Amino acid sequence: MNQPNQTFEGAMARLEQIVRAMERGDVALEESLKLFQEGTELVRSCQKLLDEAQMQVNQIMTAPDGSPVEGAFQDEP
Amino acid sequence: MAQNVLSITQLNEYIRGKMDADPLLTQVAVRGEISNYKCYPSGHHYFTLKDEGGALKCVMFKGNALRLRFRPENGMKVIAMGRVTVFPRDGAYQLYCTAMAMDGVGDLYAAFEELKKKLAAQGLFDPAHKKPLPQYPGTIGIITSSAGAAVHDMLRILRKRYPLTRVRLLPVRVQGAEAPGEIAAAIGYANHFHLADLLIVGRGGGSMEDLWAFNDERVAWAIYRSEIPVISAVGHEPDVTISDYVADLRAATPSNAAELAVPDREALVQTLDGMASAMAVALQRQLKGARQHLNVLAQSQALRSPTGYLEQRQKSLELLKNRLISLENQHISRKNQAYIAAVSKLDAMSPLKVLTRGYAMAQTGDGHVLRSVTQVEPGERITVSLSDGRLSATVMEKEAKQ
Repeated sequence: MNQPNQTFEGAMARLEQIVRAMERGDVALEESLKLFQEGTELVRSCQKLLDEAQMQVNQIMTAPDGSPVEGAFQDEP
Repeated sequence: MAQNVLSITQLNEYIRGKMDADPLLTQVAVRGEISNYKCYPSGHHYFTLKDEGGALKCVMFKGNALRLRFRPENGMKVIAMGRVTVFPRDGAYQLYCTAMAMDGVGDLYAAFEELKKKLAAQGLFDPAHKKPLPQYPGTIGIITSSAGAAVHDMLRILRKRYPLTRVRLLPVRVQGAEAPGEIAAAIGYANHFHLADLLIVGRGGGSMEDLWAFNDERVAWAIYRSEIPVISAVGHEPDVTISDYVADLRAATPSNAAELAVPDREALVQTLDGMASAMAVALQRQLKGARQHLNVLAQSQALRSPTGYLEQRQKSLELLKNRLISLENQHISRKNQAYIAAVSKLDAMSPLKVLTRGYAMAQTGDGHVLRSVTQVEPGERITVSLSDGRLSATVMEKEAKQ
């Protein structure tokens, strides 16, 4: 539904996995290095998402057939 | 003047006894306007209730005052409940107020309590029915008035805390006769079209009548039936509505709802920093372990001095070789001795050796050793071997042994 949020949520879940695996210390060194690299990139991209995200605000209106239509909502004058 | 003379204390006690025995005075509700309102640091409240014709001194002790659902003010019309009795020190009677409601909303309180009881019995407030809120809501549906300050407060806080989310506003009227139906319908609509991962339903502060839509049974059921988790955000902190009881989470105010709905960006940045350092620490620890292991290996003979290792191996090889050679030699000399023994044995058995002891060997002319007289006839030539040479002889005659 919401791309940046989904990306963020997925990244956080993966990061938690990576940190747990690395802290358990039962992965080979080479694998650890790979995880570290992946994790560091995820941290960076999560920070970027948080820095750059612009919250979308829409107002839901109802079409004649009853289905929802999104319209702009001016919340910051 | 033969009358009984009473002390003041006796008289006041007498009057108190009369009043305390009166059923109306021990449980009375009185309507009036608040004046001289004072709240002491002790937490007790003192005020006067008055109307056009008179005044009544009132006191409300801390324990009862804490249960007030509004802040009493001078000029406010209220209904006060309690017991009227004498305060002997002053010889004055007053109302010991145990409960107080704003005049005109008394019926609402009763209706509220009644509905609350009914819905509780039907299980609408059951904690087991409450759904967990999503940790990272992708879309938040806000069901409130698009006009009030509440929606802007919520959007401001959501934007500041977690701009990754998106907001869908479902505008509804939040007060008046149409409000409950619209709020309930909006909750149902959001569910039907899966418009959000989380709903915030509420409005800003107002009087009890203003908030009344959130004490409506239709709204209560809509929240209860919502598949999407609902945060109820009605009025100010002390305002409690039926919606608050039914919702998956009650927020004190709309702003508070926005805070409860999403994670905080600052906290997330800290979490991310924490994860980054946790990974670094884990990796360093593993590297340190690997380095130690490497050191152990480096300490080993083979790697510390490869030539020494080879020399040592060579030495032991040499040793083995020498051992093999000596074994071989032993074997050979043993064989040698056996040979010498065999040879000397052979020597002892040699016929030549026998000849030296005075024996002679006779052979025919063609070299056959003579063992029997039958082998030769008289006149034949034979050879006789002695130890130092041989003789040629002729057989003169022969005589066989008997």
